[in-house]
Amino acid sequence: MTWLWSNLDLVGELILVHLALSVPAIILSFVISVPIGWLAHRYAWSRGVLLSLCALLYAIPSLAMFVALPPITGLGLRSPVNLVIALTLYGIAVIVRTAADAFDSVASDVRQSATALGYSAAGRFWGVELPLAGPVLLSGLRVVVVSTVSLATVGAVIGVQSLGSLFTDGFQRGIEAEIITGIVATILLALLLDWLCVMAGRLLMPWSGPRRSRRPALSDVRSIEADPA
Amino acid sequence: MNLFLDGIAWILDPANWSGPGSIPQRLWEHVSITALVLVIASAIALPVGAVIGHTGRGREPAVRVSGGLRALPTLGVLTLFGIWLGIGLAAPIIALVILAIPPLLAGAYAGFESVDRRTIDAARAVGMLESQIVGKVELPLGMPIVVGGIRSATLQIIATATLAAYVANEGLGRFIFEGLKTRDFPQMLGGSILVIILALVIDGLFAVIQRLVVPAGVRASRTRELRSRPTRSRAVVGQPIIEGNQK
Repeated sequence: MTWLWSNLDLVGELILVHLALSVPAIILSFVISVPIGWLAHRYAWSRGVLLSLCALLYAIPSLAMFVALPPITGLGLRSPVNLVIALTLYGIAVIVRTAADAFDSVASDVRQSATALGYSAAGRFWGVELPLAGPVLLSGLRVVVVSTVSLATVGAVIGVQSLGSLFTDGFQRGIEAEIITGIVATILLALLLDWLCVMAGRLLMPWSGPRRSRRPALSDVRSIEADPA
Repeated sequence: MNLFLDGIAWILDPANWSGPGSIPQRLWEHVSITALVLVIASAIALPVGAVIGHTGRGREPAVRVSGGLRALPTLGVLTLFGIWLGIGLAAPIIALVILAIPPLLAGAYAGFESVDRRTIDAARAVGMLESQIVGKVELPLGMPIVVGGIRSATLQIIATATLAAYVANEGLGRFIFEGLKTRDFPQMLGGSILVIILALVIDGLFAVIQRLVVPAGVRASRTRELRSRPTRSRAVVGQPIIEGNQK
Protein backbone atom coordinates (compact mmCIF):
# COMPACT_ATOMS: atom_id res chain seq x y z
CA MET A 1 0.00 0.00 0.00
CA THR A 2 2.84 2.41 0.75
CA TRP A 3 4.12 1.85 -2.76
CA LEU A 4 0.74 2.73 -4.20
CA TRP A 5 0.36 5.96 -2.19
CA SER A 6 3.78 7.24 -3.16
CA ASN A 7 3.27 6.36 -6.83
CA LEU A 8 -0.33 7.40 -7.29
CA ASP A 9 0.61 9.87 -10.04
CA LEU A 10 2.42 7.18 -12.03
CA VAL A 11 -0.50 4.75 -11.75
CA GLY A 12 -2.99 7.45 -12.76
CA GLU A 13 -0.90 8.38 -15.77
CA LEU A 14 -0.50 4.76 -16.85
CA ILE A 15 -4.26 4.20 -16.55
CA LEU A 16 -4.79 7.06 -19.01
CA VAL A 17 -2.12 5.69 -21.36
CA HIS A 18 -3.71 2.26 -21.08
CA LEU A 19 -7.12 3.69 -21.98
CA ALA A 20 -5.59 5.50 -24.95
CA LEU A 21 -4.32 2.12 -26.22
CA SER A 22 -7.32 -0.07 -25.54
CA VAL A 23 -10.35 2.17 -26.16
CA PRO A 24 -9.45 3.02 -29.80
CA ALA A 25 -8.71 -0.66 -30.45
CA ILE A 26 -12.07 -1.71 -29.00
CA ILE A 27 -14.04 0.89 -30.95
CA LEU A 28 -12.17 0.23 -34.21
CA SER A 29 -12.57 -3.53 -33.97
CA PHE A 30 -16.30 -3.17 -33.31
CA VAL A 31 -16.88 -0.76 -36.20
CA ILE A 32 -14.84 -2.90 -38.61
CA SER A 33 -16.28 -6.23 -37.47
CA VAL A 34 -20.00 -5.51 -37.75
CA PRO A 35 -20.02 -5.22 -41.58
CA ILE A 36 -17.62 -8.18 -41.91
CA GLY A 37 -19.81 -10.21 -39.56
CA TRP A 38 -22.87 -9.28 -41.59
CA LEU A 39 -21.09 -10.43 -44.74
CA ALA A 40 -20.16 -13.70 -43.04
CA HIS A 41 -23.80 -14.15 -42.04
CA ARG A 42 -25.15 -13.29 -45.48
CA TYR A 43 -23.49 -15.88 -47.73
CA ALA A 44 -22.49 -19.46 -46.96
CA TRP A 45 -19.17 -19.24 -48.78
CA SER A 46 -18.10 -16.00 -47.14
CA ARG A 47 -18.99 -17.40 -43.75
CA GLY A 48 -16.51 -20.27 -44.04
CA VAL A 49 -13.73 -18.10 -45.45
CA LEU A 50 -14.12 -15.16 -43.06
CA LEU A 51 -14.60 -17.20 -39.92
CA SER A 52 -11.61 -19.43 -40.74
CA LEU A 53 -9.47 -16.32 -41.29
CA CYS A 54 -10.60 -14.97 -37.93
CA ALA A 55 -9.81 -18.25 -36.21
CA LEU A 56 -6.31 -18.22 -37.74
CA LEU A 57 -5.79 -14.61 -36.68
CA TYR A 58 -6.86 -15.42 -33.15
CA ALA A 59 -4.43 -18.35 -32.95
CA ILE A 60 -1.40 -16.07 -33.41
CA PRO A 61 0.35 -15.51 -30.07
CA SER A 62 0.22 -11.84 -29.05
CA LEU A 63 3.93 -11.23 -28.50
CA ALA A 64 4.75 -12.72 -31.91
CA MET A 65 2.05 -10.54 -33.47
CA PHE A 66 3.48 -7.38 -31.87
CA VAL A 67 6.91 -8.20 -33.34
CA ALA A 68 5.69 -9.36 -36.77
CA LEU A 69 3.44 -6.33 -37.45
CA PRO A 70 5.99 -3.49 -37.76
CA PRO A 71 7.59 -4.84 -40.99
CA ILE A 72 4.11 -4.93 -42.53
CA THR A 73 2.87 -1.57 -41.28
CA GLY A 74 6.21 0.21 -41.53
CA LEU A 75 5.84 1.49 -37.97
CA GLY A 76 8.43 1.26 -35.22
CA LEU A 77 8.38 -1.66 -32.78
CA ARG A 78 7.74 0.68 -29.85
CA SER A 79 5.01 2.65 -31.62
CA PRO A 80 1.71 2.62 -29.68
CA VAL A 81 -0.11 2.63 -33.04
CA ASN A 82 1.46 -0.74 -33.78
CA LEU A 83 -0.03 -2.10 -30.55
CA VAL A 84 -3.43 -0.58 -31.28
CA ILE A 85 -3.45 -2.28 -34.71
CA ALA A 86 -2.57 -5.64 -33.17
CA LEU A 87 -5.26 -5.29 -30.49
CA THR A 88 -7.77 -4.26 -33.16
CA LEU A 89 -6.97 -7.39 -35.17
CA TYR A 90 -7.59 -9.61 -32.12
CA GLY A 91 -10.82 -7.75 -31.44
CA ILE A 92 -11.95 -8.28 -35.03
CA ALA A 93 -11.16 -11.99 -34.76
CA VAL A 94 -13.59 -12.27 -31.84
CA ILE A 95 -16.39 -9.90 -32.85
CA VAL A 96 -16.76 -11.06 -36.47
CA ARG A 97 -17.69 -14.52 -35.20
CA THR A 98 -20.19 -13.13 -32.67
CA ALA A 99 -21.55 -10.66 -35.21
CA ALA A 100 -22.23 -13.47 -37.69
CA ASP A 101 -24.07 -15.36 -34.92
CA ALA A 102 -25.87 -12.17 -33.92
CA PHE A 103 -27.27 -11.58 -37.41
CA ASP A 104 -28.12 -15.29 -37.65
CA SER A 105 -30.19 -14.92 -34.48
CA VAL A 106 -32.59 -12.49 -36.21
CA ALA A 107 -35.58 -14.63 -37.20
CA SER A 108 -36.17 -14.79 -40.93
CA ASP A 109 -39.90 -14.17 -40.29
CA VAL A 110 -39.01 -10.79 -38.85
CA ARG A 111 -36.75 -10.03 -41.80
CA GLN A 112 -39.48 -10.96 -44.28
CA SER A 113 -42.08 -8.93 -42.39
CA ALA A 114 -39.81 -5.89 -42.57
CA THR A 115 -39.43 -6.36 -46.31
CA ALA A 116 -43.21 -6.75 -46.65
CA LEU A 117 -43.70 -3.49 -44.77
CA GLY A 118 -41.62 -1.76 -47.41
CA TYR A 119 -38.23 -1.46 -45.74
CA SER A 120 -35.36 -1.03 -48.18
CA ALA A 121 -32.32 -3.28 -47.72
CA ALA A 122 -30.42 -0.51 -45.95
CA GLY A 123 -33.42 0.56 -43.88
CA ARG A 124 -34.01 -3.03 -42.84
CA PHE A 125 -30.38 -3.36 -41.75
CA TRP A 126 -30.36 -0.19 -39.62
CA GLY A 127 -33.94 -0.36 -38.40
CA VAL A 128 -34.53 -4.06 -37.87
CA GLU A 129 -31.52 -6.37 -38.13
CA LEU A 130 -28.95 -4.29 -36.26
CA PRO A 131 -31.17 -3.52 -33.22
CA LEU A 132 -32.30 -7.15 -32.98
CA ALA A 133 -28.72 -8.39 -33.28
CA GLY A 134 -27.72 -5.84 -30.63
CA PRO A 135 -27.79 -7.99 -27.48
CA VAL A 136 -25.57 -10.68 -29.01
CA LEU A 137 -23.25 -8.04 -30.50
CA LEU A 138 -23.01 -6.54 -27.03
CA SER A 139 -21.97 -9.87 -25.52
CA GLY A 140 -19.18 -10.12 -28.12
CA LEU A 141 -18.11 -6.56 -27.44
CA ARG A 142 -17.91 -7.26 -23.71
CA VAL A 143 -15.60 -10.22 -24.31
CA VAL A 144 -13.36 -8.00 -26.44
CA VAL A 145 -13.36 -5.18 -23.88
CA VAL A 146 -12.08 -7.45 -21.14
CA SER A 147 -9.53 -9.31 -23.27
CA THR A 148 -8.19 -6.14 -24.95
CA VAL A 149 -7.56 -4.38 -21.65
CA SER A 150 -5.73 -7.47 -20.40
CA LEU A 151 -3.80 -8.03 -23.65
CA ALA A 152 -2.61 -4.42 -23.90
CA THR A 153 -0.33 -5.04 -20.89
CA VAL A 154 1.77 -7.46 -22.97
CA GLY A 155 3.09 -4.53 -25.03
CA ALA A 156 5.15 -3.46 -22.01
CA VAL A 157 7.78 -6.16 -22.66
CA ILE A 158 8.66 -4.62 -26.03
CA GLY A 159 8.62 -1.11 -24.58
CA VAL A 160 5.10 0.23 -25.20
CA GLN A 161 3.97 2.02 -22.02
CA SER A 162 0.76 0.81 -20.37
CA LEU A 163 -0.33 -0.61 -17.03
CA GLY A 164 1.86 -3.53 -18.07
CA SER A 165 4.89 -1.31 -17.41
CA LEU A 166 4.10 -1.84 -13.71
CA PHE A 167 4.72 -5.58 -14.27
CA THR A 168 8.04 -5.19 -16.10
CA ASP A 169 9.29 -2.46 -13.77
CA GLY A 170 8.11 -4.29 -10.66
CA PHE A 171 9.72 -7.52 -11.84
CA GLN A 172 13.07 -5.90 -12.65
CA ARG A 173 13.22 -4.00 -9.36
CA GLY A 174 11.62 -6.77 -7.31
CA ILE A 175 8.67 -4.68 -6.09
CA GLU A 176 5.79 -7.05 -5.40
CA ALA A 177 3.35 -4.24 -4.56
CA GLU A 178 3.89 -2.66 -7.97
CA ILE A 179 2.93 -5.85 -9.81
CA ILE A 180 -0.11 -6.43 -7.62
CA THR A 181 -1.18 -2.81 -8.17
CA GLY A 182 -0.87 -3.39 -11.92
CA ILE A 183 -2.97 -6.57 -11.82
CA VAL A 184 -5.69 -4.95 -9.70
CA ALA A 185 -5.72 -1.78 -11.81
CA THR A 186 -5.98 -3.79 -15.05
CA ILE A 187 -8.88 -5.88 -13.74
CA LEU A 188 -10.70 -2.83 -12.36
CA LEU A 189 -10.25 -0.97 -15.64
CA ALA A 190 -11.61 -3.97 -17.56
CA LEU A 191 -14.61 -4.23 -15.22
CA LEU A 192 -15.26 -0.48 -15.49
CA LEU A 193 -15.26 -0.53 -19.31
CA ASP A 194 -17.40 -3.68 -19.24
CA TRP A 195 -19.88 -1.94 -16.96
CA LEU A 196 -19.96 1.07 -19.28
CA CYS A 197 -20.81 -1.27 -22.18
CA VAL A 198 -23.65 -2.81 -20.20
CA MET A 199 -25.00 0.64 -19.34
CA ALA A 200 -24.71 1.79 -22.96
CA GLY A 201 -26.55 -1.38 -23.96
CA ARG A 202 -29.40 -0.61 -21.57
CA LEU A 203 -29.66 2.93 -22.89
CA LEU A 204 -29.58 1.95 -26.55
CA MET A 205 -31.56 -1.28 -26.18
CA PRO A 206 -34.06 -0.72 -23.37
CA TRP A 207 -35.91 -3.90 -24.34
CA SER A 208 -32.95 -6.13 -23.48
CA GLY A 209 -32.50 -5.11 -19.83
CA PRO A 210 -32.95 -7.49 -16.93
CA ARG A 211 -36.57 -8.54 -16.45
CA ARG A 212 -37.96 -8.32 -13.00
CA SER A 213 -41.28 -9.98 -13.67
CA ARG A 214 -43.12 -11.67 -16.51
CA ARG A 215 -45.55 -8.83 -17.00
CA PRO A 216 -43.99 -5.40 -17.41
CA ALA A 217 -44.68 -3.19 -14.44
CA LEU A 218 -46.60 0.03 -15.01
CA SER A 219 -43.42 2.08 -14.68
CA ASP A 220 -41.81 0.00 -17.41
CA VAL A 221 -44.74 0.56 -19.72
CA ARG A 222 -44.49 4.29 -19.13
CA SER A 223 -40.79 4.29 -19.85
CA ILE A 224 -41.41 2.42 -23.09
CA GLU A 225 -44.03 4.95 -24.11
CA ALA A 226 -41.85 7.86 -23.13
CA ASP A 227 -38.96 6.67 -25.20
CA PRO A 228 -39.82 6.25 -28.87
CA ALA A 229 -36.39 4.75 -29.58
CA MET B 1 9.17 -7.12 -46.77
CA ASN B 2 12.98 -7.11 -46.70
CA LEU B 3 12.76 -7.39 -42.96
CA PHE B 4 10.74 -10.57 -43.33
CA LEU B 5 13.39 -12.02 -45.62
CA ASP B 6 15.97 -11.19 -42.94
CA GLY B 7 13.82 -13.02 -40.37
CA ILE B 8 13.48 -16.06 -42.61
CA ALA B 9 17.21 -15.94 -43.38
CA TRP B 10 17.83 -15.96 -39.63
CA ILE B 11 15.66 -19.07 -39.25
CA LEU B 12 17.48 -20.83 -42.11
CA ASP B 13 20.97 -19.87 -40.89
CA PRO B 14 22.66 -23.21 -39.98
CA ALA B 15 24.48 -21.45 -37.11
CA ASN B 16 21.13 -21.16 -35.32
CA TRP B 17 20.40 -24.86 -35.59
CA SER B 18 23.09 -26.26 -33.27
CA GLY B 19 24.71 -25.57 -29.91
CA PRO B 20 23.12 -24.24 -26.71
CA GLY B 21 20.06 -22.07 -27.29
CA SER B 22 19.58 -23.35 -30.82
CA ILE B 23 16.24 -23.39 -32.59
CA PRO B 24 15.61 -27.14 -32.06
CA GLN B 25 16.42 -26.84 -28.35
CA ARG B 26 14.12 -23.82 -27.85
CA LEU B 27 11.37 -25.45 -29.88
CA TRP B 28 11.64 -28.62 -27.78
CA GLU B 29 11.50 -26.54 -24.57
CA HIS B 30 8.44 -24.71 -25.84
CA VAL B 31 6.60 -27.86 -26.87
CA SER B 32 7.51 -29.83 -23.73
CA ILE B 33 6.48 -27.01 -21.37
CA THR B 34 3.21 -26.63 -23.28
CA ALA B 35 2.57 -30.37 -23.00
CA LEU B 36 3.46 -30.51 -19.30
CA VAL B 37 1.24 -27.55 -18.43
CA LEU B 38 -1.60 -28.96 -20.51
CA VAL B 39 -1.41 -32.31 -18.67
CA ILE B 40 -1.37 -30.68 -15.22
CA ALA B 41 -4.15 -28.21 -16.01
CA SER B 42 -6.28 -30.91 -17.68
CA ALA B 43 -5.88 -33.20 -14.67
CA ILE B 44 -7.35 -30.43 -12.51
CA ALA B 45 -9.91 -28.79 -14.79
CA LEU B 46 -11.40 -31.62 -16.87
CA PRO B 47 -12.71 -33.79 -13.98
CA VAL B 48 -14.12 -30.73 -12.22
CA GLY B 49 -15.75 -29.55 -15.44
CA ALA B 50 -17.16 -33.04 -16.07
CA VAL B 51 -18.73 -33.14 -12.59
CA ILE B 52 -20.22 -29.67 -13.04
CA GLY B 53 -21.57 -30.54 -16.48
CA HIS B 54 -22.93 -33.91 -15.34
CA THR B 55 -24.63 -32.75 -12.14
CA GLY B 56 -25.39 -29.17 -13.15
CA ARG B 57 -24.21 -28.13 -9.70
CA GLY B 58 -21.67 -25.37 -9.21
CA ARG B 59 -22.28 -24.03 -12.67
CA GLU B 60 -22.63 -20.41 -11.58
CA PRO B 61 -19.26 -20.20 -9.80
CA ALA B 62 -17.58 -22.06 -12.68
CA VAL B 63 -18.94 -19.59 -15.24
CA ARG B 64 -17.90 -16.72 -13.02
CA VAL B 65 -14.38 -18.09 -12.50
CA SER B 66 -13.76 -18.88 -16.16
CA GLY B 67 -15.23 -15.54 -17.28
CA GLY B 68 -13.52 -13.49 -14.58
CA LEU B 69 -10.10 -15.02 -15.14
CA ARG B 70 -10.14 -13.64 -18.66
CA ALA B 71 -9.56 -10.20 -17.18
CA LEU B 72 -6.42 -11.44 -15.40
CA PRO B 73 -3.38 -10.04 -17.25
CA THR B 74 -1.07 -12.93 -18.13
CA LEU B 75 2.10 -10.84 -17.86
CA GLY B 76 1.11 -9.74 -14.36
CA VAL B 77 0.62 -13.32 -13.19
CA LEU B 78 3.93 -14.39 -14.77
CA THR B 79 5.97 -11.59 -13.21
CA LEU B 80 4.29 -11.97 -9.82
CA PHE B 81 5.14 -15.69 -9.64
CA GLY B 82 8.53 -14.73 -11.09
CA ILE B 83 9.42 -12.65 -8.04
CA TRP B 84 7.83 -15.05 -5.58
CA LEU B 85 9.62 -18.15 -6.85
CA GLY B 86 12.71 -16.68 -8.50
CA ILE B 87 14.25 -17.49 -11.86
CA GLY B 88 13.42 -21.01 -12.94
CA LEU B 89 10.71 -23.14 -14.41
CA ALA B 90 8.41 -23.34 -11.37
CA ALA B 91 7.09 -19.79 -11.71
CA PRO B 92 6.05 -19.94 -15.39
CA ILE B 93 4.62 -23.43 -15.02
CA ILE B 94 2.37 -22.49 -12.09
CA ALA B 95 1.30 -19.28 -13.85
CA LEU B 96 0.59 -21.13 -17.10
CA VAL B 97 -1.48 -23.77 -15.31
CA ILE B 98 -3.62 -21.09 -13.65
CA LEU B 99 -4.20 -19.38 -17.00
CA ALA B 100 -4.99 -22.63 -18.82
CA ILE B 101 -7.67 -23.77 -16.39
CA PRO B 102 -10.55 -21.46 -17.47
CA PRO B 103 -10.80 -22.59 -21.12
CA LEU B 104 -10.42 -26.25 -20.11
CA LEU B 105 -13.08 -25.93 -17.43
CA ALA B 106 -15.44 -24.09 -19.76
CA GLY B 107 -14.94 -26.68 -22.52
CA ALA B 108 -15.53 -29.59 -20.14
CA TYR B 109 -18.73 -28.35 -18.56
CA ALA B 110 -20.10 -26.99 -21.82
CA GLY B 111 -19.36 -30.34 -23.48
CA PHE B 112 -21.09 -32.41 -20.81
CA GLU B 113 -23.94 -29.95 -20.63
CA SER B 114 -24.50 -29.96 -24.38
CA VAL B 115 -25.74 -33.56 -24.31
CA ASP B 116 -29.49 -33.74 -24.83
CA ARG B 117 -31.25 -34.45 -21.51
CA ARG B 118 -33.52 -36.94 -23.26
CA THR B 119 -30.51 -38.96 -24.37
CA ILE B 120 -29.30 -39.14 -20.79
CA ASP B 121 -32.77 -40.06 -19.50
CA ALA B 122 -32.93 -42.78 -22.14
CA ALA B 123 -29.54 -44.11 -21.03
CA ARG B 124 -30.74 -44.18 -17.43
CA ALA B 125 -33.99 -45.86 -18.46
CA VAL B 126 -32.21 -48.73 -20.19
CA GLY B 127 -30.38 -49.36 -16.94
CA MET B 128 -27.00 -47.70 -17.40
CA LEU B 129 -25.09 -46.89 -14.24
CA GLU B 130 -24.21 -43.27 -13.53
CA SER B 131 -20.56 -44.03 -14.34
CA GLN B 132 -21.60 -45.61 -17.64
CA ILE B 133 -23.70 -42.57 -18.52
CA VAL B 134 -20.69 -40.34 -17.95
CA GLY B 135 -18.22 -42.57 -19.79
CA LYS B 136 -20.29 -43.99 -22.59
CA VAL B 137 -22.90 -41.32 -23.30
CA GLU B 138 -21.88 -37.86 -22.13
CA LEU B 139 -18.16 -38.09 -22.81
CA PRO B 140 -18.35 -39.27 -26.45
CA LEU B 141 -21.18 -36.88 -27.31
CA GLY B 142 -19.58 -33.90 -25.60
CA MET B 143 -16.08 -34.73 -26.83
CA PRO B 144 -15.88 -32.20 -29.72
CA ILE B 145 -16.61 -29.35 -27.33
CA VAL B 146 -14.23 -30.73 -24.68
CA VAL B 147 -11.50 -30.95 -27.35
CA GLY B 148 -12.41 -27.39 -28.38
CA GLY B 149 -11.65 -26.30 -24.82
CA ILE B 150 -8.33 -28.18 -24.93
CA ARG B 151 -7.59 -26.45 -28.25
CA SER B 152 -8.15 -22.94 -26.84
CA ALA B 153 -6.16 -23.82 -23.74
CA THR B 154 -3.24 -25.14 -25.80
CA LEU B 155 -3.11 -21.98 -27.93
CA GLN B 156 -3.27 -19.91 -24.77
CA ILE B 157 -0.37 -21.90 -23.27
CA ILE B 158 1.77 -21.58 -26.42
CA ALA B 159 1.19 -17.80 -26.46
CA THR B 160 1.82 -17.34 -22.77
CA ALA B 161 4.86 -19.65 -22.80
CA THR B 162 6.37 -17.22 -25.34
CA LEU B 163 5.82 -14.42 -22.87
CA ALA B 164 7.16 -16.60 -20.04
CA ALA B 165 10.63 -16.29 -21.58
CA TYR B 166 10.60 -12.85 -19.95
CA VAL B 167 10.88 -14.44 -16.50
CA ALA B 168 12.62 -17.74 -17.33
CA ASN B 169 15.30 -18.93 -19.73
CA GLU B 170 13.13 -21.18 -21.85
CA GLY B 171 11.21 -21.51 -25.09
CA LEU B 172 11.03 -19.71 -28.42
CA GLY B 173 10.27 -16.44 -26.66
CA ARG B 174 13.98 -16.25 -25.71
CA PHE B 175 14.79 -15.33 -29.31
CA ILE B 176 12.42 -12.37 -29.10
CA PHE B 177 13.85 -11.09 -25.81
CA GLU B 178 17.49 -11.74 -26.79
CA GLY B 179 16.91 -9.93 -30.07
CA LEU B 180 15.29 -7.06 -28.18
CA LYS B 181 18.30 -6.78 -25.85
CA THR B 182 20.93 -6.90 -28.62
CA ARG B 183 18.85 -4.87 -31.11
CA ASP B 184 18.83 -7.83 -33.45
CA PHE B 185 15.50 -7.48 -35.24
CA PRO B 186 15.94 -10.45 -37.63
CA GLN B 187 16.33 -12.71 -34.58
CA MET B 188 13.17 -11.26 -32.96
CA LEU B 189 11.22 -11.66 -36.17
CA GLY B 190 12.61 -15.16 -36.78
CA GLY B 191 11.56 -16.19 -33.26
CA SER B 192 8.11 -14.69 -33.81
CA ILE B 193 7.67 -16.50 -37.12
CA LEU B 194 8.58 -19.79 -35.44
CA VAL B 195 6.05 -19.17 -32.65
CA ILE B 196 3.33 -18.32 -35.18
CA ILE B 197 4.08 -21.44 -37.24
CA LEU B 198 4.01 -23.60 -34.09
CA ALA B 199 0.67 -22.12 -33.00
CA LEU B 200 -0.94 -22.54 -36.42
CA VAL B 201 0.32 -26.13 -36.81
CA ILE B 202 -1.00 -27.11 -33.37
CA ASP B 203 -4.30 -25.34 -34.08
CA GLY B 204 -4.64 -27.23 -37.36
CA LEU B 205 -3.86 -30.49 -35.59
CA PHE B 206 -6.62 -29.85 -33.06
CA ALA B 207 -9.04 -28.91 -35.84
CA VAL B 208 -8.47 -32.38 -37.30
CA ILE B 209 -8.79 -34.10 -33.90
CA GLN B 210 -12.00 -32.18 -33.25
CA ARG B 211 -13.49 -33.61 -36.42
CA LEU B 212 -12.28 -37.11 -35.69
CA VAL B 213 -13.82 -37.32 -32.21
CA VAL B 214 -17.35 -36.64 -33.44
CA PRO B 215 -19.18 -39.97 -33.01
CA ALA B 216 -20.23 -41.49 -36.35
CA GLY B 217 -23.92 -41.36 -35.44
CA VAL B 218 -23.74 -37.65 -34.73
CA ARG B 219 -21.65 -36.83 -37.78
CA ALA B 220 -24.43 -37.96 -40.05
CA SER B 221 -26.86 -35.41 -38.67
CA ARG B 222 -24.61 -32.48 -37.87
CA THR B 223 -22.89 -30.22 -40.35
CA ARG B 224 -21.97 -27.10 -38.39
CA GLU B 225 -18.41 -26.85 -37.26
CA LEU B 226 -17.97 -27.31 -33.55
CA ARG B 227 -15.57 -25.05 -31.80
CA SER B 228 -15.10 -24.23 -28.22
CA ARG B 229 -18.13 -22.28 -27.09
CA PRO B 230 -17.56 -18.92 -25.48
CA THR B 231 -18.06 -18.96 -21.73
CA ARG B 232 -20.89 -16.50 -22.02
CA SER B 233 -24.23 -17.67 -23.26
CA ARG B 234 -25.68 -16.42 -26.51
CA ALA B 235 -29.11 -15.03 -27.02
CA VAL B 236 -31.81 -17.22 -28.41
CA VAL B 237 -34.54 -15.64 -30.47
CA GLY B 238 -37.42 -14.46 -28.33
CA GLN B 239 -35.39 -14.79 -25.17
CA PRO B 240 -33.55 -11.58 -24.41
CA ILE B 241 -30.04 -12.09 -23.14
CA ILE B 242 -29.78 -11.74 -19.39
CA GLU B 243 -26.63 -9.92 -18.42
CA GLY B 244 -23.50 -11.67 -19.65
CA ASN B 245 -22.47 -14.33 -17.16
CA GLN B 246 -25.79 -15.41 -15.76
CA LYS B 247 -28.03 -18.13 -17.15
